[in-house]
Amino acid sequence: MPEARGKIRVTCTVNGKAMKFSAFPMERLLDVLREQIGLTGTKEGCGEGECGACSVLLDSKLVNSCLVPAAQVEGAEIRTIEGLATGEQLHAVQECFITHGGAQCGICTPGMILAAVNLLERNPQPAEADIREALAGNLCRCTGYTKIFESVVRACEARSGKS
Amino acid sequence: MPTPVIGTSVRRKEGREKVTGKARYVDDLKFPGMLHGVTVRSSAPRGTIRSIRFAEGIPWQEFTVVTAADIPGKNCVALIVDDQPCLAAGVVNHPEEPVVLLAHADAYLLEEARRAVSIEVEPLPAIFSIEDSLARKQIIWGSDNTFQSIVVEKGDLESAWRKADRIIEGEYFTGSQEQLYIEPQGMVATADRRKGITIWGSLQCPYYIHKSLTALFDLPPEKIRIIQMETGGGFGGKEEYPSMIACHAALLAWKSGKPVKIIYDRAEDMAATTKRHPARIRHRTGVSRDGKLLAMDIEFVLDGGAYETLSPVVLSRGTIHAAGPYECPNVRIRSRAVATNAPPHGAFRGFGAPQSVFALERHFDRVAEELDLTPEEFRRRNFIREGQTLAVDQVVREPVDMTRLMERAFEMSDYHAKRERFTRENRGRNAKKGIGFAAFLHGAGFTGSGEDYLASIVAVEATEEGRVRVLAASVEMGQGTNTIFAQIAADALGIEYDSIEIAQPDTANVPNSGPTVASRTCMVVGKLVESAAVGLKQTLIGSGLLSERYTAAEFAAACRRYIAQRGPLKSTSQYAPPPELHWDAKNYRGDAYGAYAWAVYVAEVSVDLRTFEIAVDDFTAVQEVGKVIHPVLAAGQIEGGVAQGIGLALYENVVWREGRMVNNQMTNYIMPTSMDIPRIRVHFEEIPYPFGPAGAKGIGELPIDGAAPAVINAVAQATGANLPRIPVTPEVLMEALEAMRA
Repeated sequence: MPEARGKIRVTCTVNGKAMKFSAFPMERLLDVLREQIGLTGTKEGCGEGECGACSVLLDSKLVNSCLVPAAQVEGAEIRTIEGLATGEQLHAVQECFITHGGAQCGICTPGMILAAVNLLERNPQPAEADIREALAGNLCRCTGYTKIFESVVRACEARSGKS
Repeated sequence: MPTPVIGTSVRRKEGREKVTGKARYVDDLKFPGMLHGVTVRSSAPRGTIRSIRFAEGIPWQEFTVVTAADIPGKNCVALIVDDQPCLAAGVVNHPEEPVVLLAHADAYLLEEARRAVSIEVEPLPAIFSIEDSLARKQIIWGSDNTFQSIVVEKGDLESAWRKADRIIEGEYFTGSQEQLYIEPQGMVATADRRKGITIWGSLQCPYYIHKSLTALFDLPPEKIRIIQMETGGGFGGKEEYPSMIACHAALLAWKSGKPVKIIYDRAEDMAATTKRHPARIRHRTGVSRDGKLLAMDIEFVLDGGAYETLSPVVLSRGTIHAAGPYECPNVRIRSRAVATNAPPHGAFRGFGAPQSVFALERHFDRVAEELDLTPEEFRRRNFIREGQTLAVDQVVREPVDMTRLMERAFEMSDYHAKRERFTRENRGRNAKKGIGFAAFLHGAGFTGSGEDYLASIVAVEATEEGRVRVLAASVEMGQGTNTIFAQIAADALGIEYDSIEIAQPDTANVPNSGPTVASRTCMVVGKLVESAAVGLKQTLIGSGLLSERYTAAEFAAACRRYIAQRGPLKSTSQYAPPPELHWDAKNYRGDAYGAYAWAVYVAEVSVDLRTFEIAVDDFTAVQEVGKVIHPVLAAGQIEGGVAQGIGLALYENVVWREGRMVNNQMTNYIMPTSMDIPRIRVHFEEIPYPFGPAGAKGIGELPIDGAAPAVINAVAQATGANLPRIPVTPEVLMEALEAMRA
């Protein structure tokens, strides 16, 4: 099929799978993920990079996908909330968000969990101040953050074999 | 029988979907041929619409265009009174008033088209403040700009002033606040002239939308169907405004014959949808020399915006909570909700109470100071006790012990030692510390006879596999409705938590259990879940298919046999008021609420006198809420409400210009982040309420009432400033301290 005028072809990896799509160069990664690839777990809260609901991991960096143009993801490795569990086995952070009240309405949850996973991959034993800082770009209106800190701390313990 | 699950923190029902990204929100819906819809709004705060112009260069023939002329039924968003139009016709009364709707398949082109519509308005003089509305500078609503006025009278105020040794006055202001759910508002509509209209949306009150669409389209109720999608936070913001968006989406779908999706972007959501009512509160308090309350005269005024919407009921709750958990023999509360040319203010967690509670608890710290008493000693001498009467003459029948709650909160926060130490160490320092508290109550359920009028219904039905499904219109929006309903049903039936399913709220399938508001879902609707479940069990036992004691397998077998022999197994329960509840709406007297939650919150702050920044370092929330159904969810409600209250106290400042919110972005309207909220210590006292499910009362709104006054009382202790106005941004604190020095 011929490309629509002005669109570019982009090749990248999404949740471990090779993906090809065509998009306008400045089209938001958020829209590409949701509309073209059908990964609606990535949420839009503000569209201006303030709330973090659309956070994804781009080459292991936490980014707001509403601020990332399609042209920028050529060759990149993208991870979204859909790519976190291994089959039916949830990631420890996902599991702890369920059991320790880290998720309420769930709209900030995908981005918040990715921010937490990103932190634990960089720093497996973060202090509370590290957790606060790592999550500061992800707004939650439901929890008051206490249960989110608790969920992240418990996930660290679970991963390091404590329970 | 399985171990009871009430009182344990079972797994959240829809938790897995939420942490894996599988949960379906309205913006995740897609239908073939679906169009996007947008709203074109007024260009002036008040005036007469002269013309609507469609600029050249847009292929208008491809667009569906809707104006008020396209409305098949009554042009209103039906609620209490029908004063708010769905689309402005002839006149506009606030700057975000919807006038024209557009739909197109291409969202980018649609946005261009929105900018190409100009609405020419011949301006009329407008008013933007409580003062101008009360002074009737312009009459913009009814005969006197008043949506509702209320007078509460207890005892004999006039003679009480003569007995008072001291009379202390104060005036307080609370600003507007945006609910700021992280999922913006949105709706999808399909319309078929034969089959009717179906709505999918982010919403709290399926049957409110059902009512407004029925009126707007003049269709029989069975032709309207409302389905709630997973809802990304509400906090009251998705109580009444979703009806407006549903009406708009439905009108576009009706005219185009195609599914239409309207999703607000953040800027539109913040500017156009409802926010917390700004308030002005005046107190005149008479006390005896020994610190006993003798007289309270309170004036409570709310800015309701351009249309009545829910202002009368917000005013009602704010009024009843204005005199707090105190015993005072002589009280007068005069309240008024007035019109201004701003978008209507609406429901927001607390519903008028955070405004009046802030004023009271700030004022009482000042009264204590005037009396040379500690704030806690003044409260202790006046706390209400069982058998005494609240301001509306409601006899307290609960075994309330506010002093005990206060002492527990002080113990957990180390209040006394810290207050003494901060006072001593603050001298001469730029980095000051403070600790303060607030004592308050919050009534659960609709006010007065509200629950009688709602007459809510819940159903439960069994499947052949012995699973039981709860059918209710009360929605899950983060607070845990699905989970607690399942716990209540499981224990009432004596079966496993995992055997309970919660039906998606869909008006074609669930009865009207009322709106998901007013801290009523657990206490009122949860009780109906419990009684419907008990009814189902009794039906099985009565039919002879189940004995009094049974296993889960026997229950399942009985369900299967019952359904095979007699057909569907379903039980319903309808609200009936607890005995001895009486409410006199005319004189505003009696049992305003079936039960109250009672609380004392303590906040500890740091104040930097060079930057005027305030940080909340520690927060303790102690409350009595009846039986706690799910400790993790309940604590989550408290922590979230406290965080919103800290936002209300310190950060969240809606800046208005001519009736329009001008900082309608998350960049410059600041809500608390993970850096701003301390770990919140939560403690529950549990005194079972006989008419709640397993003894539970309401909990959702309580925490936002007390957080702001506790924080500001702490800032006042740190700085000595009076601080009668929230939010206390650094600028406000700087001005207050400069005024104090002058």
